Amino acid sequence: MSQAIYDNFIKDDRWRYITDGLQVTLEVTFFSVLIGIVIGFLVAVVRSTYDKTGKLKVLNAVCKVYLTVIRGTPVLVQLMIIYFVIFGSVNISKVIVAVISFGINSGAYVAEIFRSGIMSIDQGQFEAGRSLGFNYVQTMWYIIMPQALKNVLPALGNEFISLLKETSVGSYIALQDLTKGGDIIRSRTYDAFTPLIAVALIYLALVMLFSWLIQILERRLRQSER
Amino acid sequence: MKKRFLTAAAAAICAVSLAACGSSSTGTTTADTTAAEAAEDTTAAEGGDSAAEETEAAEDETEASGGTLVMATNAEFPPYEYHDSSQVGPDGSDIVGIDAEIAGAIADQMGMDLVIEDIAFDSLIPELQSGKADFVAAGMTVTEDRLVNVDFSDTYATAVQSVIVTNDSDIASVDDLAGKKIGVQQGTTGDLYATDDFGDENVDRYPKGVDAVQALVQGKVDAVIIDNEPAKVFVGDNEGLKLLDTAYAEEEYAIAVKKGNTELLDQINAAIAELKDSGELESIVAKYITAE
Repeated sequence: MSQAIYDNFIKDDRWRYITDGLQVTLEVTFFSVLIGIVIGFLVAVVRSTYDKTGKLKVLNAVCKVYLTVIRGTPVLVQLMIIYFVIFGSVNISKVIVAVISFGINSGAYVAEIFRSGIMSIDQGQFEAGRSLGFNYVQTMWYIIMPQALKNVLPALGNEFISLLKETSVGSYIALQDLTKGGDIIRSRTYDAFTPLIAVALIYLALVMLFSWLIQILERRLRQSER
Repeated sequence: MKKRFLTAAAAAICAVSLAACGSSSTGTTTADTTAAEAAEDTTAAEGGDSAAEETEAAEDETEASGGTLVMATNAEFPPYEYHDSSQVGPDGSDIVGIDAEIAGAIADQMGMDLVIEDIAFDSLIPELQSGKADFVAAGMTVTEDRLVNVDFSDTYATAVQSVIVTNDSDIASVDDLAGKKIGVQQGTTGDLYATDDFGDENVDRYPKGVDAVQALVQGKVDAVIIDNEPAKVFVGDNEGLKLLDTAYAEEEYAIAVKKGNTELLDQINAAIAELKDSGELESIVAKYITAE
């Protein structure tokens, strides 16, 4: 066992594949989450405005196409298309390609999560806002959104956890993330067990940490209910 | 009460579905199986399964006498192994190439049926170690690290690692590669040597050789290091690429078996020797590689 750990991690500084890969995975996940939230928020606002008021017809149609295409194709295929087709003749950083791909992909799912949150708020809340003299935007911002966000937090946490793990398909475009790091070690030592288990444990630890943070946030947000 | 009903229902469903498995393996089909009979069937099926496992284990011990011989390879490596839907390979699939035919000839000599499994190159050796495959024929070079984990047969082909660059590249020799971005197929000797010689940060590891070549065509890497024969195929298939005249490294291909499986190794070596003597090996190679 200690020999396996020496061969897989200590020899030739192989642990660097894991730590460097971890850094790339965290970078890609962090920026993808940011892009996902921005896209998701905008799309959800457009879609629910259309549902509630019938305005923004064209934008709503565009958003629907986006949702259909992104949710209807595998993220791996999207990643390859963005790397080999859209950025086909450009020499671009693989981290940026991954961030764009996973961000756009996540945005579609986040949009539907946000929209379900907005639609879950009782119509009476909306009417109450309007009768207090708030216009549509103010009602959304001050009354609907804070409640909606609290409702969707568990689903949102879920999406980000799967995004973190999904970034592992980045190895298809030679992105040296955590999974690729383990793979490279595996291709040097021919030991399947040690690097794969190590990589799995790191993902697990990350997800547990992330779930814990979301739990704290949920508890904080619940304080206002009393 | 409701809960108990659900439990009972779940148990019944399990029993029936297990019975369905059982009947397919034992060959008995009864339309109206009661739960009790289902339970009996399952135990019978389990008995059958373990018996099957035992015969399988017995086969493992006497691998040479009939049965199937599982070859693992990465069929993205023309002309040694690749998918060609217009041809039928030695195992009846569309995987053809020099390694596939040599393996087919070896299996013929041993009187066994060949099954070819196509998996990622860097998973080939773990596949052997876990016993999922009997041998690996994948244009695999004998290296010291690999020798620690598997046993190699006698070599059956020599190869060189070549460098592919674009026609307008300023890379004229191997020495010019320093500081350039090099594309490789992960886990191949091209990857191992390039990482040692040019540094980890200068090597982009793609899962397939063809992906590395694609990245070269698109200017994402400056050069690709890969075995000479597939390199020629890739250069032939893509406009604007050329091979460097000087080879990067010379090496020899061999068939790998699980460490300590000397019985199979001896049989493979005997078969390779016979193929060499009879000239069949030469004619297989000549079929795929036309002399320049």
